[in-house]
Amino acid sequence: MTAIAEAAPGRAGALLAGDDERPHSLGLLVVAGFLWLGLGVVILAWPDAQELERTSLLGSLALGFGMLQLLAWAGGWFSRPVARLGRFAPWLVVLALVMTAWEVATAKLDLLPLPFFPSPQAFLEVYTDDWRRLGDSLLHSVLLLARGFAIGAAVGFVIGVALGWSKRVGYWIHPVMRLVGPLPATAWLPLAFFIFPSSGSASTFLIALATAFPLIVLTWSGVAGVQTAYYDVARTLGANSRFLILKVAIPAALPHVFVGLFMGLGSSFAVLVVAEMLGVKSGLGWYLQWAQGWAAYANMYGALLVMALMCSALITVLFRVRDRLLSWQKGLVQW
Amino acid sequence: MVALAEAVNVGTAPGAAVDIVDIDHGFALHGDYLPVLEDVSFRVEPGEFVALLGPSGCGKSTLLRLIAGLDTPRAGRLIVDGADVTGPDPSRVVVFQDPTLYPWRTVWRNASLGLETRGLLKQQRERVDAALALVGLEKFAKAYPHQLSGGMAQRASLARALVNDPSLLILDEPLGKLDSLTRLAMQGEITRLWQRRGFTVLMVTHDVEEALLLANRVIVFSDRPARVRADLAVDLPYPRHRDHPELLRLRREALSLLGMAADW
Ligand SMILES: Nc1ncnc2c1ncn2[C@@H]1O[C@H](COP(=O)(O)OP(=O)(O)O)[C@@H](O)[C@H]1O
Ligand SMILES: [Mg+2]
Repeated sequence: MTAIAEAAPGRAGALLAGDDERPHSLGLLVVAGFLWLGLGVVILAWPDAQELERTSLLGSLALGFGMLQLLAWAGGWFSRPVARLGRFAPWLVVLALVMTAWEVATAKLDLLPLPFFPSPQAFLEVYTDDWRRLGDSLLHSVLLLARGFAIGAAVGFVIGVALGWSKRVGYWIHPVMRLVGPLPATAWLPLAFFIFPSSGSASTFLIALATAFPLIVLTWSGVAGVQTAYYDVARTLGANSRFLILKVAIPAALPHVFVGLFMGLGSSFAVLVVAEMLGVKSGLGWYLQWAQGWAAYANMYGALLVMALMCSALITVLFRVRDRLLSWQKGLVQW
Repeated sequence: MVALAEAVNVGTAPGAAVDIVDIDHGFALHGDYLPVLEDVSFRVEPGEFVALLGPSGCGKSTLLRLIAGLDTPRAGRLIVDGADVTGPDPSRVVVFQDPTLYPWRTVWRNASLGLETRGLLKQQRERVDAALALVGLEKFAKAYPHQLSGGMAQRASLARALVNDPSLLILDEPLGKLDSLTRLAMQGEITRLWQRRGFTVLMVTHDVEEALLLANRVIVFSDRPARVRADLAVDLPYPRHRDHPELLRLRREALSLLGMAADW
């Protein structure tokens, strides 16, 4: 791989592209920096129309962020890695404008009805004042999700391989799976909370169930779809069934397995939130429910952002693992 | 390619003797029985290079799969070196028309497959290197199959077979999908490997000329169900020339056996 990559005639092209990048977006970084400084000034100098606590902190943050961008712009002339930050400049400009509009419309002019449209300060206050509860909720969500997903992934993978490999296993499991699999895992919720000793174990089971079904189907079709020629080659070279399963069927099915894992992870998010809202007394889903009970919309938005970051981070981790394991495939989709 | 002759010796297994006795075989097809091989019998002496010719779909690949032990014949016996074939064995390796390399393994790890299945890889890693050198792929040991050309992939699959030091090399149209220049080069390589290593070769090809350039004997099959129609000895020294009069005569004979007009 490396030998071929080195031989590829692409060096000159890469250099040109690098030079190109520097002037264009780096200049825009100055604009972004001043816009953020301006936002800081607006926040600090313009008196609030609403009663707010974190105005000075938010203003300082905006000023600091603006300074950082100006520093990055200056540093970009000396350091290539820093110059690459320039590609975020268009986003930073737009964000500064949106933040300013939001700040002016809420905190400064009080144009939008509370509590549905909290100001940026109120948003910030959620994290400064309630980080302990939010962090605790995040931890509980991640732990519950990890447990359920791990169990579901392990069981689903094994069942999927067994289904793809053995007709006898298929005879028994296939009908059960056809009947039960398409049922959304949340449909089991009332029953699971009743059967399982704790709401935590019930939710673990449901998340595992939601993860397992897509993984079973995709692993199964992956293993069943392996070319018989792959097996013939290994068999003429003296492979036993163990080798055929572990070293031929599973690696060949791995691209399918990852699609199944993505789908499983997606549906496990859904189950997680619902389970936390309905039964579990912790986690981000519970936090959302709790915030809504107090009409604390800023807290809800804050929790939603944390949840989005969590889901995105987990998907990213899965993509990284896939990129490592499937580096032999060409044309992988980038996340 | 000349460097092949100086390449590391991987160890030499003497060629296997193959006895094919009254083989009958066929498949169930839409509830009917499709006879594919009928009364096929011939013997291959140790170290011989035998080419199998026949109309497309007559049952040549089927016969090779039986000899490799991948399938079991409905009737008849297959004896290799005095023992009945009961299943696949690394001493009888097959090179298929498609290289069928595992795309998730590098060339090196593909070539090492036969040692890995038998738990010999740790002690005998140098055999993989030697086999790759033998087919001229040592520089591509770390490449993945999708980075190889068709000819290189077929060489890699040849290396994967040679690592096992086979006594019988079974080739099923191994050059069928290569461009004509790569084909010529690889024909030469296969002959040299065979001469150096002394294994027995059974090769299916649809190319009459290729069969006559490479093999000691050419066995011609009838249309399905395949029966042995002729067993032609090719007593010519190597390297052979395609315009040698004896070769031209055999070519006409083989073509007419295959139902082609003689003036082809
Ligand atoms: N697994 C199979 N099931 C049913 N029919 C088969 C199978 N394998 C081969 N055949 C049939 O047997 C005949 C001979 O096939 P094959 O040996 O591949 O021919 P060829 O001489 O071209 O290599 C063909 O008609 C093919 O359709
Ligand atoms: Mg064939």
